[in-house]
Amino acid sequence: MNRRDFIKVVSTTGSGLVLGFYLPYTNKLNGKPSVATLFEPNAWIKVQPDNIIQIMVGKSEMGQGVLTSLPMIIAEEMDLDWSKVVVEKAPANRKKYGWQMTGGSNSVSGGYNKLRQAGATAREMLVMAASEEWSVPISECKTNNGNVIHERTGRKLSYGDLAEKASQLKVPKKPTLKDKSDFSIIGQNMKRTDTLSKINGTAQFAMDVQLDGMVYATIVHSPVFGGKLKSFNKASVSDISGVIKIFEIESGLAIVAKNTWAALKAGKQIEIKWNEGEAVGLDDEKIRKQLLDANKEKGSVVRKEGNVKKAFKSSDNIIEAIYESPLQAHATMEPMNCTAYVQKDKCQVWAGTQDPNGARKIASKITGLSKKQVEVNVTFLGGGFGRRAFNDFVSEAVEISNEIKKPVKMIWTREEDMQHDFYRPPSLHVMKGAFDQNDNLTTWIHSIVAPSILFTQLIKIPFPFKEKIDFITLEGAKHLPYEIPNMQVDFQMIKTPIPLGWWRSVYNSQNAFANECFMDELAEKAGKDPVQFRLDLLPKSSQDAGVIKLVAEKSGWNDFRNDPTYQGISCHKSFGTWVAQVARVSIENNKVKVHEVFCAVDCGTIINPAIVKAQISSAIIYGLSATLKSKITLKNGRVNQSNFNDFEVIRMDESPKIHVHLTESDAPPKGVGEPGLPPIAPAVVNAVYAAIGKRIRQLPIKI
Amino acid sequence: MSEFSLNINGEQRTVNVDSDTPLLWVIRDTLGYTGTKYGCGRGLCGACTIHLDGEATRSCVTPIDFVEDDIEITTIEGLSEDNPHPIQQAWLDGDVPQCGYCQSGQIMAASAFLTRNPNPNESDIDSAMKMNICRCGTYPQIKKAIFSAAGNKASGKESNNE
Repeated sequence: MNRRDFIKVVSTTGSGLVLGFYLPYTNKLNGKPSVATLFEPNAWIKVQPDNIIQIMVGKSEMGQGVLTSLPMIIAEEMDLDWSKVVVEKAPANRKKYGWQMTGGSNSVSGGYNKLRQAGATAREMLVMAASEEWSVPISECKTNNGNVIHERTGRKLSYGDLAEKASQLKVPKKPTLKDKSDFSIIGQNMKRTDTLSKINGTAQFAMDVQLDGMVYATIVHSPVFGGKLKSFNKASVSDISGVIKIFEIESGLAIVAKNTWAALKAGKQIEIKWNEGEAVGLDDEKIRKQLLDANKEKGSVVRKEGNVKKAFKSSDNIIEAIYESPLQAHATMEPMNCTAYVQKDKCQVWAGTQDPNGARKIASKITGLSKKQVEVNVTFLGGGFGRRAFNDFVSEAVEISNEIKKPVKMIWTREEDMQHDFYRPPSLHVMKGAFDQNDNLTTWIHSIVAPSILFTQLIKIPFPFKEKIDFITLEGAKHLPYEIPNMQVDFQMIKTPIPLGWWRSVYNSQNAFANECFMDELAEKAGKDPVQFRLDLLPKSSQDAGVIKLVAEKSGWNDFRNDPTYQGISCHKSFGTWVAQVARVSIENNKVKVHEVFCAVDCGTIINPAIVKAQISSAIIYGLSATLKSKITLKNGRVNQSNFNDFEVIRMDESPKIHVHLTESDAPPKGVGEPGLPPIAPAVVNAVYAAIGKRIRQLPIKI
Repeated sequence: MSEFSLNINGEQRTVNVDSDTPLLWVIRDTLGYTGTKYGCGRGLCGACTIHLDGEATRSCVTPIDFVEDDIEITTIEGLSEDNPHPIQQAWLDGDVPQCGYCQSGQIMAASAFLTRNPNPNESDIDSAMKMNICRCGTYPQIKKAIFSAAGNKASGKESNNE
């Protein structure tokens, strides 16, 4: 693709200046940037003659603030009046908007440079238009707050006034980007563009879509993973009025009714027989045994330094521990749902999805319609956390509407949502360390035994990675920052019929738990303070050391006296961002209370500090649920938990005071949606050890 | 199916639904007020919180049969007639929502609570709001907004007294 094709005027006469541009996001699955062969803009800037600036964003808003942070980057380079910016959510269109998958904390980091270039391009074109209009040199024209100004003559034209003229100009090849010291929007706490609609009930989630003639549906899935419908007894729901149709779909049984309540009631009451799937008989003990057995086999070595064997042999100070993480559900506040309307020559979908193009592809496949005939409208997402990267619910709604040829709103109950998630995988981490005679740490081994999310998802095609090494499973384990002479990280994959998926921060959550709790054990063995022990193993000028020092300073680590609360530290880098946390806890009636969390973050350039802090704080609380309360367990291939009574999550009275400190940095921006999560479990677990002298190696914490 | 007369957001409306239908689905499906959300269906998460005569109520476990026709039902859409309610204003000022799905319920719970207890301390807020789950974990921002709204009210009172 030609460089000049990255940005193009796509306006038609009369609509002002419309710039389309292409953001080459990296495809998470194969690690390669998605390459466009044609000009395929995936974001738009529209300068309307009425001075409203429309920015269209092809990323899904699930709370992380992309509808604010991405437009802010454009607004900065364009010198826009933020109050005149209108943000629109783009529908699914791979041709137009490219790789729309939202995940991996990469919306800002992946788009930053191109968004700046696009904004600067638009600004230069508007300046050129003004300079022609006034017949003055470009160098005499300045921009400010959505206007071009000619200071010498005191003339001023708004971008809206100039839009039409600018759209006739050639797109500049090398727009000048602003110097960071001139930033007035990036780095500021600009108000979120979506708040108003979210406090007055008008924000539209997929659940809220209403169509004329719409019917309502729910799905009953096989309680055992992989099971298939054998039969159902229609007569068992004959007393429920409003049931329209009950029929089998690919994933289970669909019940269509005149209203949601009738569908939900029938779903609960209907008698169904299942051919139970391959997970039948599976339970937690079996999963654990499978992990422990697999650990006896030799795993694939993914990192090797020094001579681990020799170092162990020569040491008489060896320490070993096994850390275990359970399955976790996403439990987004909005249960899975989708509205679809399949007609003869078109299919419309309304979905809260992290993968709009995937939804379009699925709908096209099910209906036999071309992708052009499929319209996927991306609504707000009532929580994503990785769950909505799967389009299973889209597939179901389309299948139902395709069968009944009516608009249908398909809703899962909370119970179905909890029992048919794509779960965070269970994992086992065997940690070994050895010291020399002077209590210096000489050796580190981390053996990960776990199923692979990629393998589970791509089961129908051959495993795409060499020697069964799934790089995602190694995230946060392979690149341990501590400098230890002898190191080994290895991975042993197990197979499981449990549906697995990306759960906020993915394997970083399990690996950080194992790494950073074990670091605490090592520090104790070495007789050192946990902060100092870590700093001694890190290069002095490293960012890892930077955030540890910052959090120690802000929390007053050195001067803190344990009792009545106790402190623990942890540090973990994920999605390019370094995060260190200090948790302060107390134990009351055998329960852990987390009073305070101090957090230091180095995420490069900060676009919107308020959003960054909110995301970090959000990830801490999400991670705290998994640290203290929630887990998914299995019995006979079925999930035991069903709702928020048995899958308990952090509530306000258990939510700690959180202090987030951001590091000033000129580096490019990095992820913020997920990196706050991995350090919280080890920080709390280490604080619990400080409190009661008990090592917790399984989550959630049980005392 | 039975006919029910409801007083919702200041309007008298008639609906024809099964008598065991939870108010949530009447509000959402039949009357089209979709700001009230389905989260758990069992009164565990608070996403469906509305006001019945000013009291915070879980609409997902309140059958329509229980709702007399003179009970005033208020949803997020009817919380304030024109300008944002002080609670909504505090939410706006603090940019509280993230994904936003639970926030109607949070706002309805908080507004009923503040009417009952205009000057709450932290543990009052914790006990009142712990019934509402937010998976984005906006609890610190919610708490701050409630304090700020309570402060507004307090200062409002002062100026009235003067």
